[in-house]
Amino acid sequence: MLEKLTTLLGKENLLTEKEDLIPYSFDGTATFHQLPLAVAFPRTTEQIAACVKLAHETNTPVITRGSGTGLSGGSVPSEGAIVLCLVHMSDIISVDPANLTLRAQSGAITADIDAAAATHGLFYPPDPGSMKISTIGGNVAENSGGLRGLKYGVTRDYVMALTVVLPNGNIATFGNACVKDVAGYSMKDLFIGSEGTLGIITEVLLKLLPRPAARRTMLATFPSMESAAQTVSAIIAARIIPCTLEFLDQMTIRCVEDYTKIGLPTDCAALLLMETDGHPAAVADEAEKMAAIALQNGAIEVTTASTDAEALRLATARRSAFSALARVRPTTILEDVTVPRSHLAEMVSFIAKTAADLNLTIGTFGHMGDGNLHPTFLTDERDQAEMSKVHQALDLIVTKTLSLGGTITGEHGIGLAKKQWLPQQLDASSLDLMRQLKQTLDPHNLLNPGKIFP
Amino acid sequence: MPALVSIPDLASQCIHCGMCLPTCPTYDTTKRERNSPRGRISLIKAVAVGDLPITTSFAEEMSYCLGCLACQTACPAGVDYASLFEHARAEIETSGLNSSPKRSLYRYLTLDLLFTRPRLLRAFGKTLRFYQTSGAETLVRKLRLTRLLPADLRRLEPSAPRISQKFSNELIAPLESPSNPVIKKIALLTGCIQDLAYAQINRDTADVLLANGCEVHTPPVQPCCGSIHSHNGETELARDNARRLIDLFPPENFDAIISNAGGCGSHLRHYGKLLADDPSYSRRAALWDEKLKDIHEFLTEIKIIPPTQAPFPEPVTVTYHDSCHLAHGQKITRQPRALIALIPGITLVPLTESDWCCGSAGVYSITQPEQSALLLERKVKHIQATHATILLTANPGCHLQIQNALPRLNILHPVSLLAQAYRQSLPLITAN
Repeated sequence: MLEKLTTLLGKENLLTEKEDLIPYSFDGTATFHQLPLAVAFPRTTEQIAACVKLAHETNTPVITRGSGTGLSGGSVPSEGAIVLCLVHMSDIISVDPANLTLRAQSGAITADIDAAAATHGLFYPPDPGSMKISTIGGNVAENSGGLRGLKYGVTRDYVMALTVVLPNGNIATFGNACVKDVAGYSMKDLFIGSEGTLGIITEVLLKLLPRPAARRTMLATFPSMESAAQTVSAIIAARIIPCTLEFLDQMTIRCVEDYTKIGLPTDCAALLLMETDGHPAAVADEAEKMAAIALQNGAIEVTTASTDAEALRLATARRSAFSALARVRPTTILEDVTVPRSHLAEMVSFIAKTAADLNLTIGTFGHMGDGNLHPTFLTDERDQAEMSKVHQALDLIVTKTLSLGGTITGEHGIGLAKKQWLPQQLDASSLDLMRQLKQTLDPHNLLNPGKIFP
Repeated sequence: MPALVSIPDLASQCIHCGMCLPTCPTYDTTKRERNSPRGRISLIKAVAVGDLPITTSFAEEMSYCLGCLACQTACPAGVDYASLFEHARAEIETSGLNSSPKRSLYRYLTLDLLFTRPRLLRAFGKTLRFYQTSGAETLVRKLRLTRLLPADLRRLEPSAPRISQKFSNELIAPLESPSNPVIKKIALLTGCIQDLAYAQINRDTADVLLANGCEVHTPPVQPCCGSIHSHNGETELARDNARRLIDLFPPENFDAIISNAGGCGSHLRHYGKLLADDPSYSRRAALWDEKLKDIHEFLTEIKIIPPTQAPFPEPVTVTYHDSCHLAHGQKITRQPRALIALIPGITLVPLTESDWCCGSAGVYSITQPEQSALLLERKVKHIQATHATILLTANPGCHLQIQNALPRLNILHPVSLLAQAYRQSLPLITAN
């Protein structure tokens, strides 16, 4: 079959040597490794379809990959699998300013998509932290979030149409450029977030928005996570929907200050980065109101940026959170449990308490506006004893999250990393329906086997 | 080099996030994971733990890497890629996989001979200078006698640097004192390529230091810093050179030891690690690291007297190219720009992708000519787009690489521009 693949794609588009394969044996997670059988670089949807048909002949699993920066193990190969790496299908095919749409191949980098939109005064809002390297195909397959989720939604909200290669090698297109379309089932929603298990996304049609004319950035420090959370509720109650509401907990603030030395108060319990965007008059008004609300709800200090450069400096505290945490220990495990916004402060204290009880180091930061937390474990995968405590902590955190009506993953996906907890979150009939769907679309379990379902 | 932290531990610091990928020039060219820092780290780790033997493919990969360290700047986890890279290259040399009689000869002539014997290097420079200025070069080129050279030398011949009329020892006295009271006692490193091809930059560096109250000590004969040895798998030779420099410039005697070459400064800053297991040098090497400063870094620290006159009669537009080892290796990007901003009569236009490698990368333009040429083309396009009349850069390798593509462009070291400005109002500074 490898020979047939070579004929189909050309010698330079198939990798089989160990030195070439080792770098494809992992993704953005720390601990999952599996060498693939081969890595193929198709250049067209038709080639992908042909690859899938070839894989059928020998029952070879097919793993789809973009830049391999996923955080749940979704593109880690399974044994004997072929990785279809779509990085060479990276064209931004067209931007249609009249209809506010953008068409791109799934290997296009998300940041490039936003840059292309910007040249027309438009923007593509979903901004996952990895956007400078992650591909739109990967973002769609995981339904990635980002910092602007509260105001602008997630990737799903911007997908108008998809071209998908189905597990049987057929090519299907779902959706179109119409704002409204109810012809047939809404199949594109099935594939968005399906983590490469139901089909291979090869092309996307995205919705764009007009680029906001202005943006204001503020940084506020708080004596408790509760007062930060209260501030967020009060802002939303005041009918203001900021585009960014990012928080850092005390552990994270200390690591950031250690690393960046920008003068953050290390005894404050919470830090909130707030941004509002839109029409300049509205932005000025909202920013003033937000700063006032923060102070009313117990903020120690609120700093508003008056220039772009200053805004960047304020935002550095939040943007360097992950870097600051990642430097502390060899292994960094980033989780993304999510709870309804009103329970966020409670969840953050629970995580801190769990960390203290089990003698672990966990820094929590995340998107306060939509309840998406990123508890980040700072540990060492070679320390077996500590790793078992990490798993214990994860179990406790998951149970608490679910008891508050939350989810085990807000944006990273199940992949390999969270399979074990899926039955805890989904009731039996829901899980069963999902399995049936997978079985119907992919009876031979060729596409990304071993992912999602325990 | 004996790793203070083991290689698997260093490699394990990588969290696989992939933020290095978009900054890596080779990944940008091929989109192959193995040609990215993340991919290379996984291979280095596999070799270190015995999952992969040192193969030709692995050796080729480590030659294809530029060593530009753009990945280190992007890396959130602080991975010490420079150490992993140098370790891998050293292991590959030890394995002998890349060896061939011709390669061994070139390495012997350069790493073992020319770049350990400064007097020999100067003699070679003088010979080349004679060849260039006597009319011999013109004749050889006209008669196309370069056909007689082996293919790779023939290809390189046109990009040979113009050798300076006078070397640093003829331009700078061993001890020069400022006219105003002495604030700092400085040692000046004159380098190898800098000394041979751009000795005036060393003179300009001395002038700027003198104008700011520094007493400048410049030994007439200085060995190579060892950077070229360390980057090409010759760790013992690198250590020898480091010891010789520490002996020549006892760090306890100076307030600062100045380097004006980005590529060298990056290596010079880590003598402490290089000699950590040498009991007779480890302490002084650690002190050396504290005293070693890049010229821009030092001038910014001492808060220089801003020049009052423009360097040229007419205002000029300039742009600045960040040398990889200055920007990524030493994290010095703010200071050169701050110094340039002090000079009157200058407009600094930002250079797109200013810290994207120009392809010089040590001897990379010799060992990987195609990739080097791709990068040079990209850099040249951006430089031309600025319409600047002067390109400023602080590394002889970059200087040479870009000058070869743009022979009519005026390329200066920022310190030379500063010296030129000072000369308009401070008659005590000696010009060439």
